[in-house]
Amino acid sequence: MTVVPEAPMSTVTVVRAQTVMAGRRSRLPFSPWHLVLIPATIALLFPFVWLVVTSVETLGESLRFPPDLTPHVIRLRNYPDALAAAPFGRFFINSSIVAVSTVLCNLVLCAGAGYAFARLRFLGRTALFIVMMATLMVPFQVTMIPQFIITKWIGVHLLAGAGIGHIGALIVPNAATAFGVFFLRQFFRTLPVEYEEAALVDGANRLAVLWRIVLPLSAPALATLAALTFLDSWNNFLWPLIAINSTAASTLPLGLATFQGAHSTEWPLLMAGNVMSLAPMMAVFLIAQRYFIRSVAATGLTGI
Amino acid sequence: VTVSVALGRRRRVESLTGWAFVTPATVIIGLFGAAPIIWSLLISFTNDNGLSSASSFIGVRNYKALVHDPVVTQAIAHTLVYTALFVPGTMLVGLFLAVAMNRKLRFMWLYRTAAYATMAISTISEALVFIWLFDPSFGVVNYVFSLLRIPQQAFLNSPAEALYVIVVMTIWGWSGFAVVIYLAALQGVPQDLVEAAAIDGAGRWATFRRITLPLLSPASLFLAVWLTINALQLFDEVYLSTRGGPLGATTVVVFYLWDQAFQNFNFGYASAIAYLLFIVILVVTAIQFRVGRRFTYYRS
Repeated sequence: MTVVPEAPMSTVTVVRAQTVMAGRRSRLPFSPWHLVLIPATIALLFPFVWLVVTSVETLGESLRFPPDLTPHVIRLRNYPDALAAAPFGRFFINSSIVAVSTVLCNLVLCAGAGYAFARLRFLGRTALFIVMMATLMVPFQVTMIPQFIITKWIGVHLLAGAGIGHIGALIVPNAATAFGVFFLRQFFRTLPVEYEEAALVDGANRLAVLWRIVLPLSAPALATLAALTFLDSWNNFLWPLIAINSTAASTLPLGLATFQGAHSTEWPLLMAGNVMSLAPMMAVFLIAQRYFIRSVAATGLTGI
Repeated sequence: VTVSVALGRRRRVESLTGWAFVTPATVIIGLFGAAPIIWSLLISFTNDNGLSSASSFIGVRNYKALVHDPVVTQAIAHTLVYTALFVPGTMLVGLFLAVAMNRKLRFMWLYRTAAYATMAISTISEALVFIWLFDPSFGVVNYVFSLLRIPQQAFLNSPAEALYVIVVMTIWGWSGFAVVIYLAALQGVPQDLVEAAAIDGAGRWATFRRITLPLLSPASLFLAVWLTINALQLFDEVYLSTRGGPLGATTVVVFYLWDQAFQNFNFGYASAIAYLLFIVILVVTAIQFRVGRRFTYYRS
């Protein structure tokens, strides 16, 4: 690619460029970009708006064509009705337990492994690292059948709570990820090694160094990993669909899918359930928006 | 001599410490990530039907069956059509929105939040809303069509249209992600280059085309690869909206794989499909990197 070469700046061209820009701006009292952004925003938000509107309609109102774009009576009863039809509170608790446990396990296990790969020399380090990174290339669908068999076996022979049908089955297989290990290793390698060496000379052991020195310096990386892991876990559907076979152990996406199967045309009820399913994550996301955005943007910058 | 003994001891201690640190993660990743790669390959050479007692080695018979299975051929075709529409569609929407949003304006926080919000919604919630929007009898989209005097459509009930409805809903669902990636890249475009081009008399379009777009190419390559990997693994929206129908029109590879594995318990055959998917993903990604590198411009 050729970049436009440095131009000799004559005052004439500068003035011309400025008048062109000024001329473009003066026609409208506001930036023309609003004319693009407002319809785009309406298109992006409309599904959310329609979801909420339908969730307070009566069944009769929802089955009207042309649709009423504003409901006549706000029927909040759809929410308790949806709660009576499916335990969304239970789904929420299950999703929360799974997501929070998965995040905590990942932070601990990936930090330990990431630190060892970044700083310690141990037998087989390179080979182990290569094998771990190779698993990153393999899609989940390739490993899901053996994962199902192993999880089933663990439930029968080792720990019932981590077997098929229990929410432990959603935590254990995802308790550490190769992505997390790689991500934290890369970050740890950017930290100055001098503090750690000083602490080691003073007689601290590696665990103390990791806990007292490395982790406090790594808050941004840990936060990024936590945010990405949380989003992934909260929205995961395929593995819960395979591993969970009861309403009581369902997470929100799985519970919502089952709910849809049972009430496929009762739109107000479905949308009330849907609002309850997505509201908690939406609230967390909006409150911690900057933080989630930075994390997602980081995946784009680390990758390629 | 004592120094080297002490050094050797320290190395052994370091080696043990290293292993103590990596073991927990290694057990999890090894058991659920690494071993299953080999295991599913082995399963793909058997007629495993989910009952551990009754499986035997049948060589490459599953792979031979794959080649002659018309559903597999269709599933690959549907997946590729979906990917070919979804990936460029999402990138264009994301680029357009990010360029529009990369400036200081009133209400910009609102515009950006609207795009970001699509990232917080799960695929299942997203699909459920879109099934309702595209409902053939009572949906808003058919209402808008009636206002525009476009004939009413069957959408998800139509074999000819269902896959495209899924393209639309997933583009909406991923648009926030694409906006975030492109906005981050746009903020890395040095303003002096853009200004220099303007001073040289380059129009806005020429500046965008010749300066901005090349500087965005690493982000574009990342998005192309990332979105493609996800598109080839499409499942959730298909499961919720059509279950592969109508008449198999939305049966994509992963849906057929799930159906074979966990509805019919043909673990052997399903594993062969999984390996086929793996190879498709590897080949497509490799091509993207090779072609992409040629068009990717890295500063530094």
